[in-house]
Amino acid sequence: MAPVLSIANLRVSFPRMEAVRGVSLTLRGGETHCLVGESGCGKSISALSVMNLLPRSAVRSADHIRFHEHDLLAMSERQMAWLRGDKIAMIFQEPMTSLNPAYTIGSQMAEVLERHRRASRRQALDRAAELLARVGITAPGMRLAQYPHQLSGGLRQRMMIATALMCDPEVLIADEPTTALDVTVQSQVLRLLRKLQQEMGLALLLITHDFGIVARMAEHVSVMYAGEVVESGPVEQIIKAPTHPYTRGLLNCIPVPGMTKPGEPLGSIPGGVPHIGRGFLGCGFRERCPMAARECAEPVHLHDAGEDHFYRCRLPPDWKLDASP
Amino acid sequence: MTHAIEVRNVYREFQQRSAAGRVRSAVHAVDGVTFSLAAGNVLGIVGESGCGKSTLARLILGLLPPSSGEALVDGRSLAHMDRRERARLIQPVFQDPFASLNPRQRVRDIVGLPLASQGDLTKRQQTDRIMEMLARVGISTEMADRFPGQLSGGQRQRVAIARALVLHPRIVVCDEPTSALDVSVQAQILNLLSDLRRELGLTYLFISHNLAVVEHIATEVAVMYLGRFVEHAPTQDLFRRPMHPYTQALLASVLTPEPALGIPDVGLGDAYPDPTDIPLGCRFHPRCPKALSECRTLVPDNIRKDGRLVECLLAAST
Amino acid sequence: MKTADDTQPLWRRRRLPAFGRLATLLGASIVVTAFVVAIFAPYLTPYDPFAQDLNLRLVPPVWMESSHAAHLLGTDQIGRDYLSRLIYGTRISLLIGVLTVITSGLIGVTIGIVGGFYGGRVDALVMFLITCRLSIPLILVALTVVALVGSSLTVVILTLGLLLWERFAVVARTTTMQVRNLDYIAAAQAAGASRAHVLVREVLPNIASHLVVVATLEMALAILLEAALSFLGLGVPQPLPSWGLMIAEAKEYMFFSPWVIVTPGVALFILVLGINLLGDGLRDMLRTDLRHRGW
Repeated sequence: MAPVLSIANLRVSFPRMEAVRGVSLTLRGGETHCLVGESGCGKSISALSVMNLLPRSAVRSADHIRFHEHDLLAMSERQMAWLRGDKIAMIFQEPMTSLNPAYTIGSQMAEVLERHRRASRRQALDRAAELLARVGITAPGMRLAQYPHQLSGGLRQRMMIATALMCDPEVLIADEPTTALDVTVQSQVLRLLRKLQQEMGLALLLITHDFGIVARMAEHVSVMYAGEVVESGPVEQIIKAPTHPYTRGLLNCIPVPGMTKPGEPLGSIPGGVPHIGRGFLGCGFRERCPMAARECAEPVHLHDAGEDHFYRCRLPPDWKLDASP
Repeated sequence: MTHAIEVRNVYREFQQRSAAGRVRSAVHAVDGVTFSLAAGNVLGIVGESGCGKSTLARLILGLLPPSSGEALVDGRSLAHMDRRERARLIQPVFQDPFASLNPRQRVRDIVGLPLASQGDLTKRQQTDRIMEMLARVGISTEMADRFPGQLSGGQRQRVAIARALVLHPRIVVCDEPTSALDVSVQAQILNLLSDLRRELGLTYLFISHNLAVVEHIATEVAVMYLGRFVEHAPTQDLFRRPMHPYTQALLASVLTPEPALGIPDVGLGDAYPDPTDIPLGCRFHPRCPKALSECRTLVPDNIRKDGRLVECLLAAST
Repeated sequence: MKTADDTQPLWRRRRLPAFGRLATLLGASIVVTAFVVAIFAPYLTPYDPFAQDLNLRLVPPVWMESSHAAHLLGTDQIGRDYLSRLIYGTRISLLIGVLTVITSGLIGVTIGIVGGFYGGRVDALVMFLITCRLSIPLILVALTVVALVGSSLTVVILTLGLLLWERFAVVARTTTMQVRNLDYIAAAQAAGASRAHVLVREVLPNIASHLVVVATLEMALAILLEAALSFLGLGVPQPLPSWGLMIAEAKEYMFFSPWVIVTPGVALFILVLGINLLGDGLRDMLRTDLRHRGW
C-alpha cells in the first residue's frame, strides 16, 4: 500500500541547536505510527515541520515531505493552510491552549468546515453535533453552545478530536494527546482514537513519551533520541527485541507492576540528554551508552535487522552487555 | 511498633466567596483522612487530579492549617510545633523542580536554607553538611555555585532532594517527585530515593498519579477519591486483589509496555468528580460500574479486614 | 523547549525589534550622561551657577546674534551662566528623582508584598490603601503641603515620596501573588525559614525586575512633578538651579528672549524621554524573561 505521508531526511535547526537530524518515516492509511522519545528529542518539532508550523527561527530542510504525491516542501503557505485541518489535522497536548476561550465550542468547530468547505453555519453545526456524538459526548446540542472552560479536560480533548475530524482528514497527527489527562480518562481517549482510526481508515501519527501507550496503540514505532530516529520497526519486534542501547535502556527504566521487583533498583540510564550544536557528529547517545566505542563519534548508518526493523548503531542485532571492557 | 506519623481525621475545606463576601460553595478538598505509618515504610498515595492528594501533603507539611483534625509526628502535633522543630522532622520534595528551586539563588544556598534557618551551626559546619549532602545525591562540588537555570531537570530534582534531607528529617513528603521528569531520569531519581531511605532510615509519603511508580517504591498504598482514602492496603495485596471498584479501574488503566493487550476499557462513566458537589451516598457511585441502588443513599463504612481498609458496600458483603 | 536566546545576557537577547533596541540604547545613554553630568557638575561648569553679572544679562546662546563666546548657552535675567545652571539643575532633578523613588519604593513595595503574600483581610486593607491613594489629587495635596510647611528640597522629596508609591504597591502585589504559590516558597517555609526571609530573600528577588521598570517610570514622573511644583513657586526654593524654577523665572522674558524658557524645557523633555525610553526597553526585555518553565 502506498504511503499517505512520507518524510525523507528531515532536518530542522535552530540558531544554536540541531533539533532534528535526518528523520525519515512513512505513514500508511489505517496505520498507527508512534514517534516515541524523551523531551527535547525532536519528536514534536518533526511533527510541526510536516505542518509547516515551526517557529520563525527554525530552518527546515528535507529530501522530501510528501502527502500522497504532493510535495509539501514545494507548497505555498496558502496551499499549506488549505491542507492543514483539511487533509492533515493535528491535536495537541493541552486542548485549552489551542482553543479560543471567547468563542463557543460550536462556532470553533463550525469555523473549520466553513473555511475549508464553504459550508453554511447550519450544515457545519450539524456536522459538529454528529461528530461530538461520535466521540462519545452526550447531549452534543447543549455542548455546542458551551465555552471551552465549561468542559473537563477529558471532554475538551474529545472535542479537539472531533474538531480535527470535521473535514474527514486522511492523516491525524496527535502530539501527546493524553499527557495532561488522568489515567482513567487517558484510556477512554485512547480507545476513542483507536476506534475512530479503524472506522475512518485514518493514518495516525501519535507522538508520545510513554512506551505503555506505544505498545498498546501502535503498529509501527520510531524511537527518537537527540534529533535522530535511533530505531524503528513493528512494535512487537521493538518491545520484544530492542536493539539500540537507548531503546533497551529506556525499556529497562519503566517500572511494570508485577514484573519489576519492588525494592530492587530499576534499570537507569546515567546522565542526561546532550546539547546537539552545529557540527555534532556521530551517535547522540554515546556519552550515556555502556557500549560506546571510539567509532561512535563518526556518523552511524542505519542497519537492517530484518522484518522492517532498522536501528542506528554499530553493534550487531544480538549484542550483549559485556562486563569486561 | 512506633508510628512515625499519624494523621487523625483531617478535614480541609476551601470556601469560594461571591463578590459580596458570602460563602457560595465549599470545596471539600480533604474530607476526613485518617492513617498511620510505621517508621521506615513508604505510603504511596494515588488518585487523579483534584482528589485532594496535594492538599493533604500541604496539610501534613504544616503549610496549610487543617479545618479540623491533626497530624502527629512522634505523638506530637505538627500544628503546635515551632517552625524550626517541624523542619527537623518533616520535609517536602515537590513535583516540578523548575518551580521548587528559587531561580535567583545558588545551589549551595538553596540546600543550606534549612541549616541556616536552624541557626545553630557555623558557616563552616553548614558548608560541610551541604557538600556532604550534595555528594550523596550525586551533585558534583562545582555545581554548588551554579543557579538552578544552569542544571537539567534531573539535577534540579537531586538538589531538591538534598535540601529535603540536609537536616536528616524523619519523614519526607514526596509530592509527584518524578512526574515532571523523563522516564530515564525518573528511574535515576526513584533509585536514589530508595537508596536514601534504606541508608538514612527515612519514612516517605509518596504521592503520585502513576501506579506503576507507586507499586515500585511503596510498601503500602492508599487510593484517594474526592478527599477520602477509599482503599488502603499493603502494596502487594492491593495490586494482587484490589477491592474497591475505583482501585480496580485505576489498576486497569495502567498501560504496561505489552503489545497486543490493547487499550483496556476501564468502565468508568463520564461523570467527572467535582469536589464542590460531592454525591450523596457513596461518593464514587456515579462513576462506579458495579454500583447498587443502595450506593446512592448509604454512605459506606470503613471496612477493616486483614490489615486493609476499604470503603465500599460491596466489600462488606464479600 | 528552551530557546537558545534564554542563555544570552539580557542586553544581547534579540527580543526587541531594531527600532526598540535603538530607542532603549538612546534612553540608556541619556540617563547615563545625565548621571555623569550631575556627579561631576563642579568640574564641568564653566562658571559658578549662582554668580551674577548684571552687565551680561540675557545674553543669547552662541549660535545667535550678539552672543558671548564665554557663555555657550547665554545668561539669564540677572546674568548667571545658563549652561552652569542647567548642569547644576541636572543634580536637583536626579536627586529628587532618585530619592523620591527610594522613599516611595520602600513604602509601596512593603505594602504590596505584604498584601500580595498574605492575602485575605491584609490584602483587602492594602487594596483599600491603594484605592485611597488613587483618590487623592496629587498636585493639589503636594501644593497644600508645601504651602503649609514651606518649600525646601527635603519637603518636596518627602511629599512626592509619600504620594507616589501606589504603582509600586500595585505591581509588587500582583507579582507577589504570582510568586507566592510557587513551590520554592512552600519549600522555604517547610525548611523552617522565617517570614522575613521568605519575603525578602525568596519573594523580593523574583519580583525585582518588574519593580525596576516601575522605578524608572516613577522617577520620570517625580522629575516632572518637581518641575511643575517649582514652576508654581512651591517646589525647590530660589536660588537653587532647578529646571522648573528656571522656566518659572524665565516666563517674563520669554517673548524677547525665548531661549531662557526653551533651554530648560528641552533639557527636561530629553531627560524624561530618556528615562521613559529606558523603562520601556527594560519592560519589553523583562516581559519575556519570566522563566521558561518547560523544556
